[in-house]
Amino acid sequence: MHTRTLAELGDALAAGEMSSEELTRHFLTRIEALDPRLNAFITVTGEAALEAARAADRERAAGRAGPLTGLPIAHKDIFCTDGFRTSCGSRMLDNFISPYDATVVRRLKSAGMVMLGKTNMDEFAMGSSNETSFYGPVRNPWDLDKVPGGSSGGSAAAVAARLTPAATGTDTGGSIRQPAALTGTTGLKPTYGRVSRYGMIAFASSLDQAGTITASACDAALLLEAMAGHDPRDSTSVDAPVERYADGLDRSLEGFRVGVVEEFFDEGLYPASAAAIETALDVLRSLGASVKRVSLPNLALSVPAYYVVAPAECSSNLSRFDGIRFGYRAENPRDLADLYKRSRGEGFGAEVKRRIMTGTYVLSAGYYDAYYLKAQRVRQLIAEDFRAAFAEVDLIAGPTAPTPAFDIGAKTDDPVTMYLNDIYTIGVNLAGLPGVSVPCGFADDLPVGLQLIANHFEEGRLLNVAHMFQQETEWHLRMPGGEFA
Amino acid sequence: MKWEIVIGLEIHAQLKTASKIFSGASTAFGAEPNTQACLVDLGYPGVLPVLNREAVNMAIRFGVATHSEIAERSVFARKNYFYPDLPKGYQISQYELPVVHDGWIDVVLDDGERKRVGITRAHLEEDAGKSLHEDFHGLSGIDLNRAGTPLLEIVSEPDLRSAREAVAYMKLIHQLVRYLDICDGNMQEGSLRCDANISVRPVGRHEFGTRAEIKNLNSFRFIERAINYEAERQIDILESGGSVVQETRLYDSGKDETRPMRSKEEANDYRYFPDPDLLPLMIDAAVVETARAELPELPWAKRARFSEQYGLADYDAGVLTASRAVAAYYESVASGVQDPKLAANWVMGDLAGALNKAGADVEDSPVDADALAGLLARIEDGTISGKIAKEVFEAMWAGHGSADEVIGDRGLRQITDTSAIMEVIGQVLADNPGQLEQFRAGKDKLFGFFVGQVMKATGGKANPAQVNDLLRKALSE
Amino acid sequence: MALTRRQVESIANLARLQINEDEIPAYVRNLSRIIDFVDQLEGAGTEHVHPMAHPLNMSQPLRADEVTESDDRARFQANAAAVEAGLYLVPKVIE
Repeated sequence: MHTRTLAELGDALAAGEMSSEELTRHFLTRIEALDPRLNAFITVTGEAALEAARAADRERAAGRAGPLTGLPIAHKDIFCTDGFRTSCGSRMLDNFISPYDATVVRRLKSAGMVMLGKTNMDEFAMGSSNETSFYGPVRNPWDLDKVPGGSSGGSAAAVAARLTPAATGTDTGGSIRQPAALTGTTGLKPTYGRVSRYGMIAFASSLDQAGTITASACDAALLLEAMAGHDPRDSTSVDAPVERYADGLDRSLEGFRVGVVEEFFDEGLYPASAAAIETALDVLRSLGASVKRVSLPNLALSVPAYYVVAPAECSSNLSRFDGIRFGYRAENPRDLADLYKRSRGEGFGAEVKRRIMTGTYVLSAGYYDAYYLKAQRVRQLIAEDFRAAFAEVDLIAGPTAPTPAFDIGAKTDDPVTMYLNDIYTIGVNLAGLPGVSVPCGFADDLPVGLQLIANHFEEGRLLNVAHMFQQETEWHLRMPGGEFA
Repeated sequence: MKWEIVIGLEIHAQLKTASKIFSGASTAFGAEPNTQACLVDLGYPGVLPVLNREAVNMAIRFGVATHSEIAERSVFARKNYFYPDLPKGYQISQYELPVVHDGWIDVVLDDGERKRVGITRAHLEEDAGKSLHEDFHGLSGIDLNRAGTPLLEIVSEPDLRSAREAVAYMKLIHQLVRYLDICDGNMQEGSLRCDANISVRPVGRHEFGTRAEIKNLNSFRFIERAINYEAERQIDILESGGSVVQETRLYDSGKDETRPMRSKEEANDYRYFPDPDLLPLMIDAAVVETARAELPELPWAKRARFSEQYGLADYDAGVLTASRAVAAYYESVASGVQDPKLAANWVMGDLAGALNKAGADVEDSPVDADALAGLLARIEDGTISGKIAKEVFEAMWAGHGSADEVIGDRGLRQITDTSAIMEVIGQVLADNPGQLEQFRAGKDKLFGFFVGQVMKATGGKANPAQVNDLLRKALSE
Repeated sequence: MALTRRQVESIANLARLQINEDEIPAYVRNLSRIIDFVDQLEGAGTEHVHPMAHPLNMSQPLRADEVTESDDRARFQANAAAVEAGLYLVPKVIE
């Protein structure tokens, strides 16, 4: 059953082939058996899942089932879940039981979905390899010595190994798309503001966006429709109607203009990955799209701009973790300063502390203009680059990540080397655009992701192209072999 | 050397909204600790702020009342610092682009002089919680009920030159925010409080001296005393050759002195930046115009109108317009009588005295405006004298009915029947032959004696003017 | 730009982060590397460019002034390490 997509499982439930309880039990069994190899889950909520599954079965029996009723899902442990631990991958929140549901969680719950558990992630979503988690690294099911990418590495590994048919993720600089690329899954990052951030523990508020990791673009469309929409509890959520994304998936690409970004094909791009991307572009041509080159001249500045803006926002967002109202509190503090410093010093890991300190520095007196304000101006330049590109093309295509999955421990020595992993994804966050990564081949037996980027609120088009691509290819159907088969 | 004191005030007015500035928790004062602190107020992971429309409207109202600019686009920023009563580790405030800026108001000082005070800016921000210092095994307790209460921080130009000017300005702001119905003005509960920036400089020098900021002054008396103490402290330092340190100080009302705040000693670097959880606040010109059109009559306009319309002295007009309730009471009384000055004297005299004694507000007066007007009408139509009226007022205050009921029940109606008064006069003259003889011999002063005797014999009820006339006539016969 | 040990210590203090003595050299090295990396922004021509604080050009929505939250103190305080009489406890606050 686990080899089927979410949409297919939905059809099976509707046809009465199986019950949600059976389906849920199947995935819980897989998690129990296989997750010790992957470490993709921080918390498994088995009993609650079975209870929710039975409730979903009752709803179906009563004729009240929707398209997602009874389908299992895992949530990245950055989403607050009422009554369950929400750790954000940090010692700081190891003991934190959320008293409320994030809007994303609430919406999927009310659509009838069954939560299997909470997935592992880089601590506070700060990382590109899932190695900064307090709960240990997540392993890539395609090669257990490799990273799954990050920060939504647990969600990506869990979907790749089909420990869950789908998972939520968050993307601040590539944290959905990059792990999707590295694990051969489909990762969708919607337009900033399309999905509510309420209840999603903030890393960098002007960049964070919730999305999905699934086995197909069609599954992403189903989930996005349920997740998206205006939330009065999030001032930055957009009050615009939500499309019926699944209905527009089969539109023809005849006459469609795809732009390929020159700057993406630099010396940093792994040759075998580049070859897979070229092949993927041919597939788009074969579907009737025209492919032309476009330029994002300021792309190289996106990573440094991001590493000013994101740490600045995070340094402030993470100030609330002070050992007083929730979270880790140091033992026997000498005084107030000691309570703060040790609770935070002991509760946060090294990468989080580095980012907080970077952010504190760039916002501090005398440096604000040179760093923060400057980065915001550069951000504007990057957004303008995209605006100019979208005047010429309907969609931008390119690689998601410069290389396939790398060895665990390979890049932990130098933070900047790690940061450069996100060179192709970060600009999208800075500009607030929607992007998706779809599997498009292999390099050294590891998955390669094709990144598609659309203009604001054009998720419908984006998913349409991704879906048409997946109708022509079968990379997204490939699964890791061996024990995960 | 002669010194000049330079003062600017930063006034924090808690806005009278039902819910908090960024959450739906109640702002009511006095609840059990932390029962009015919701997830947003507690800074829980994942929660987000959403701005209260009414808080914005109140800021706009203040702005248009103080001749200020209302920013078409203003921005919320985070002021980052760690303090246990600040749950998020930052305060959401406005920094570079406040909602209200560049205005002024005219303050009338005690001697009648008018002083224009510039309003640099007024911005919206959230209040912090409270640290309770009662001993919990050597620990402090934190109550976050107040966290997130909307504040309007009103920053004046350093235009004030004495503690008395500062107090007069503060009183005007106090009066204004209550007129505008945006703040209850309760200084004891901290609804209105201020920080004072104080420096001194030799008279004639243009540059400002180094200033100290005195935090959290929550009464007019403390403002005056803290400023006077602090100015003297600075002058002493400078006169003995020292220099003033720029610092934050706390006023200790018990010792009547200011001292440095220990917790603020460490140089603060607030790392302001625009709050990414909130978008720019855009205010339509139409919204501003509506607010302007809907402004109530403001204290200074009402004061001027009272002087003009009712022929009152400026000082009296000031007293009668101290609050909208007093002014409304007065106008209601004045509309029921012929002489507005009579109404003024009574509202400022007997009524104010009685209210003061009872510790009540004019809204709670047992004698309402109509009732008082009813009493004054009886003075004006000669039914009772002013003196008897005081007795009637006391009875009315005690709940013994309307003026007419009291007058009727107690037989206080003035005697105006000429023959009745003449009868009393005849009796008085007959009873005092010696005085009558002296009067006739030229001792005019005894006229008053006879008036007194007549009034006494009538229990004060004879109409004094009539008594005078009739007595004069009787004596000249 | 390389950061000095003193700068790193002062940033850590401002951010209220306890950094152990033996970890300081690594923080000095890594933060210097990061700052060095972001210093390349300096060369970008941004003279007439407006700073971009938000990805979308939207304005702040306003909510009605209504009390929508009710007391849930016990549940919220279940996550706190030290609570007494409904108050969060902290080492003595000195003003």
